[in-house]
Amino acid sequence: MTTDELKNLKANQTVDARGTACPGPLLAAKKAVGDIESGEVMEILSSDEGTKHDIPKWCQKMEHEFLGIVEEDSYSRLFLKKA
Amino acid sequence: MDIEFEKQLEELKKKIGKLEKGRKDKMTLVVFSGDMDKLLAAMIIATGATAMDMEVKLFFTFWATAALRDPKKNVKGKNFISKMFGFMLPKGAKKVKLSKMQMGGMGKAMLEGLMKKKGIASLEDMFKTAGELGVEINVCEMSMNLMGFKKEELIDYPKMNICGVGTFLSDAEESKIQLFI
Repeated sequence: MTTDELKNLKANQTVDARGTACPGPLLAAKKAVGDIESGEVMEILSSDEGTKHDIPKWCQKMEHEFLGIVEEDSYSRLFLKKA
Repeated sequence: MDIEFEKQLEELKKKIGKLEKGRKDKMTLVVFSGDMDKLLAAMIIATGATAMDMEVKLFFTFWATAALRDPKKNVKGKNFISKMFGFMLPKGAKKVKLSKMQMGGMGKAMLEGLMKKKGIASLEDMFKTAGELGVEINVCEMSMNLMGFKKEELIDYPKMNICGVGTFLSDAEESKIQLFI
């Protein structure tokens, strides 16, 4: 998805993991993904650089669809669709 | 169909079944080091693996067992050498030292300050998180015995067993990932 498409995307669930370091964002994502239904969209906010690599890999393993990243000033927004 | 071919097919099916059964989505770590930094690495890998839906088993042995001691718990009936060991080794996750730059505690204090600032969980918190996530801790019976530690002085942890090398080996055999830290 393009950045503009992602910006307009309405997430069913937003996880704010800003301020936590590895493995915080990953654990937060894992926990929150249990609260949404298959096909719904989740957004993860993270200020940890590593998360940008970790979440796509995690999605691959868990078979969620990774939609992309929107960069903000001091953090990133990562989008995925639950498998 | 050719009988020989069918036979081979059956054999292959059996072998695949065995392979599938043999390797589970499971990780086993030997946690040997009693250094704070190495313990932290082990706990980060362990909790991270639960996010990947892996079953995680930690086998605590030698110096690492000291990190599982609860500073609030005291047990009686230890002999002189066990008491000495207990005194010389760190009592719990808060007391373990760095492998480098410990500098009489100054280095560790500085690192802990930095960790807090950067949102990195402390070792104690990591044990708590791991427990909540279902990470299993198996403690080496021989190490406990050698250092004179008793089960009663270990931290309250949801899934903790005292066991031997056989438990580790059977878990490791089934695991996709095995590490020694």
